[in-house]
Amino acid sequence: MESGMLFDIKHYAIHDGPGIRTTLFFKGCPLNCWWCHNPEGISPEPELMFKPNRCLPECSLCVQRCPKNALAKNNGLLFIETSQCRLVGECAKICPTLALEKIGYKLTVAEAMAVVEKDRIFQETSNGGVTFSGGEPLMQPEFLEALLDACRQRGIHTIVDTSGHAPYEILERIRKKVDLFFYDLKLMDENKHREETGISNRLILDNLNKLAQTGSKIQIRIPLIPEVNTSQEEIAAMAEFISSLPGIEEISLLPYHKMGGQKYENLNRPQPHSQAQAPSEEVIREIQSQLEPYGFRIKIGG
Amino acid sequence: MNSRIQKLKQQSLDTKPSISSERAELLTEFYNSDQSKGLSTQVKRAMGFKHILENKAICFNEGELIVGERGPSPSACPTYPEITVHSRKDFEILNTREKTSYSVEESTIKTYEDKILPYWKGDSIRDRLFNQVSEAWKESFAAGVFTEFMEQRAPGHTVLGGNIYQKGMLDFKADIQRSLEGLDFLNDPDAYDKREELKAMDIAAEALIRLAERHREKARDLAAQESDPERKQELEKIADVCAWIPANAPRDFWEALQYYWFVHLGVITELNGWDSFNPGRLDQHLNPFYQKGLENGTLTEEKARELLQAFWVKFNNQPAPPKVGVTAEESGTYTDFALINIGGVKPDGSDAINELSYLILDVIEEMRILQPSSMVQISKKNPDRFLKRALQVVKTGFGQPSIFNTDAIVQELVRQGKSVEDARNGGASGCVEAGAFGKENYTLTGYFNMTKVLEITLHNGVDPLTGKKLGVETGDPRNFSSLEELLDAFQTQIRHFVDIKIEGNSIIERLYAEYIPAPFLSLLIDDCIAKGKDYHDGGPRYNTTYIQGVGLGTISDSLVSIKHNVFDEKNLNMTELLKALDKDFKDQEILRQQFLNKTPKYGNDDDYADDVMRSIFEIYYAAVDGRPNTKGGTYRINLLPTTVHVYFGRMLGATADGRKAHQPLSEGISPVQGSDRTGPTAVIKSAAKIDHIRTGGTLLNQKFNPQLLEDEEGITNLSHLVRSYFSMDGHHIQMNVVTADTLRKAQNNPEQHRDLIVRVAGYSDYFCDLNADLQNEIIARTEHQDI
Repeated sequence: MESGMLFDIKHYAIHDGPGIRTTLFFKGCPLNCWWCHNPEGISPEPELMFKPNRCLPECSLCVQRCPKNALAKNNGLLFIETSQCRLVGECAKICPTLALEKIGYKLTVAEAMAVVEKDRIFQETSNGGVTFSGGEPLMQPEFLEALLDACRQRGIHTIVDTSGHAPYEILERIRKKVDLFFYDLKLMDENKHREETGISNRLILDNLNKLAQTGSKIQIRIPLIPEVNTSQEEIAAMAEFISSLPGIEEISLLPYHKMGGQKYENLNRPQPHSQAQAPSEEVIREIQSQLEPYGFRIKIGG
Repeated sequence: MNSRIQKLKQQSLDTKPSISSERAELLTEFYNSDQSKGLSTQVKRAMGFKHILENKAICFNEGELIVGERGPSPSACPTYPEITVHSRKDFEILNTREKTSYSVEESTIKTYEDKILPYWKGDSIRDRLFNQVSEAWKESFAAGVFTEFMEQRAPGHTVLGGNIYQKGMLDFKADIQRSLEGLDFLNDPDAYDKREELKAMDIAAEALIRLAERHREKARDLAAQESDPERKQELEKIADVCAWIPANAPRDFWEALQYYWFVHLGVITELNGWDSFNPGRLDQHLNPFYQKGLENGTLTEEKARELLQAFWVKFNNQPAPPKVGVTAEESGTYTDFALINIGGVKPDGSDAINELSYLILDVIEEMRILQPSSMVQISKKNPDRFLKRALQVVKTGFGQPSIFNTDAIVQELVRQGKSVEDARNGGASGCVEAGAFGKENYTLTGYFNMTKVLEITLHNGVDPLTGKKLGVETGDPRNFSSLEELLDAFQTQIRHFVDIKIEGNSIIERLYAEYIPAPFLSLLIDDCIAKGKDYHDGGPRYNTTYIQGVGLGTISDSLVSIKHNVFDEKNLNMTELLKALDKDFKDQEILRQQFLNKTPKYGNDDDYADDVMRSIFEIYYAAVDGRPNTKGGTYRINLLPTTVHVYFGRMLGATADGRKAHQPLSEGISPVQGSDRTGPTAVIKSAAKIDHIRTGGTLLNQKFNPQLLEDEEGITNLSHLVRSYFSMDGHHIQMNVVTADTLRKAQNNPEQHRDLIVRVAGYSDYFCDLNADLQNEIIARTEHQDI
């Protein structure tokens, strides 16, 4: 049976599409946007997350358990020697306070569906469903497709929340099995896109165009990142592009919030652009009024 | 809210509850008088009641529309020496204690010492009760295995049905007369008792009419002196209202409210029943008057709103009769648990929502006072608009209204043997207790500390806190090799303590029937008049006795932890576990953290844990449900704590779920504080695994942060969450919107708030896992949203 790697499953997800949803977060993403809220979703490999405020000074179970000697305790503080760590995960398994957690776990389609089906009554009552998010769900196409099939079989509404950066064949293969796409649009300028996210946007824009031509239901999601894409020119360019596509009615604006920074701290990673600020309400309002004349329904927040 | 209501509300909020000796003095005066000689107990109590209503001070507050106070002034609370006689020390504690204090004048204490105490000492219910119950009962009571509701307050929890809106006291008197005429002294050995009871009811009805007459007289006097023509007119209207009701059935909205209020005063003056008294299905009872008033032009929506608000203030002016000792700890609050019901279904099963249901929700939202409490009944037949409007009020964050499942309540009541119409006319009162309004005596007799019984089981019948042997010997748990063996032993101990409790109840119920009949309450509740029997003696159509199980979450998690750590994973053996618990996890923090974080917990939709919870439910249910009480009725269970989970926790050592000694237990059927980490859908799924239909009420508290409710979509999704729970037969859910204050508490005490999820930005996270700066930012943001 197909299996894949997730980093979280969220219940009572009410900002990930209509109704009450169960959101599956796929681990691994081809982009590396510095503003990412879910940095633990970027690497396709498992990672160790450490929350020092939970760690008990007197406890060294993890140090004893680690087969790679990658951990040390000094004056009650835990040190992780990343170069030694092979992500065996024994430390997280033993850690009594959940200070250490292994992020990323494999599970089969049947296991994932068993979790999804626990929420069936809420999904049905609210006309909700399942949202596949990440990371990038298209990075695990076989797993995603098998899950989409399983949902279809059970009559569960599905959303795929994607960056769009994947070979078009994958989108073509799954599109008929998806009820709604959440498609991220970050920047129209290719160079800037490469600068901010690590990759070109050529494929993303092409894919969006092709997907829209097939009549698939798509909502556009734009993260609003000051000094990246909140300028009038950038917004206008995106609006022009979106309105050239058939059938797109709604745009969600997702204002950047520096609060995502906590996770970088726990992943023992420096937070990029830690000085970046959230867009002001005024800026958000301006962007909204700039987009409305194009005839889109605008939603603020997820 | 207009300025009149604002003033009345402010007066109510500003007045500190105090103790008044008026009622005790009048009652004692009557019992000492020649008039009281040679009377049956029933008639004597009725005459005493009448003496109080004929002589108590009549209080009119400035600008009032609905009149009448229980004491001589707002928030002046009487005592009930026939139930419990307060000593000087009791009064001093009431006067000075930190929480829910009542100011007591030295002169009140003097009066009590001189006149009240000498007459009642030794004869009060409390004195009799402690003289009569067994040693085993007293020891279990002292150890915190159970509490006893009736040691300081009379059986209560009852709710009025619709009869007063059709019948005046004169009509009730006519019914009493008919019942008297039907007595058969030749063939009915109880005919004498019935005659005395019926005579007593007749006197009590007369007493209420007299109370209204005195208010009418006062209103006329005040009107005569009043210079403001508008107020003069109001006072004259009040006088007219009091001249018609309660002798006659009400003709309009105002009369209906004032009539209920006099009845309410009568009930809470006659006795200090738990959960005061309650109009029940207010929107159903009042809607005909509301519609009629709008049609014939005698009422406007605004006037109805004002009258309802004036009515609301009257409840807030009657703080709960003060309790002392353990009983104060189980319910330490001024709230007297009058729970207004709105919504639900009509007797024919159809949707009962009407315009007044929405108007009352407005009133609840505007008034924001402690009393009366309010709830909405939600049936699958009720429109979403009603549920969503209720949730919008919930969102404002003062805990009201709570949300109940009508369809579950009806099934619960029908399972207990009630007719389907009586069930549909019912609802919930107190905290969450299901009842057939106007037709049932359903008495909560005490909380039952299930986790304490587990502790005693784990010590082979001994209470480790005192070393006393309270239970039976069910074997040394160190020799148990499976959870089933432990559950068998636990079942035996549960049965043992429930037996002790019921044996005590059988005495206490008879003490009330014999010494404290309640003729006024009896005439209001069907079928006391027809049967000629008192409310305390099987007069009502239905008679149910509840024992309330407390700490379902804590005991479930404790047994799950033993199953997981001792029997299944063998992380430690029973000897080591018991040692760790007896030492309150001293030097065992790592083990305790494993219990807290690496052990399955109830509340996460995990069958491993939830199946154990179900076993406990079955054991408790089997020990209580279906046993006969002394009133021709039956014992049932419900699962609610009020505030007793704090006291019960204090009486308990450390538990295997990782809880430290003397910390609070979980409340109601909610998961242990901080252990539900899979979100609200999982809590609801777990809670729905309880067979609610076989209870008489369960209490589920669920915290929500305001961001989940900030827009229309949030409210809609919450309504779906409620509907989902109710479609799985959940009985009740109370939504507490997290305030900045709660977040501050979580910041200082993270362990108790591990489950607290906040929406950070594009994602949600556990509040306690955020660094201090972020926490502060979220607190600031929440504060900004608090209303």
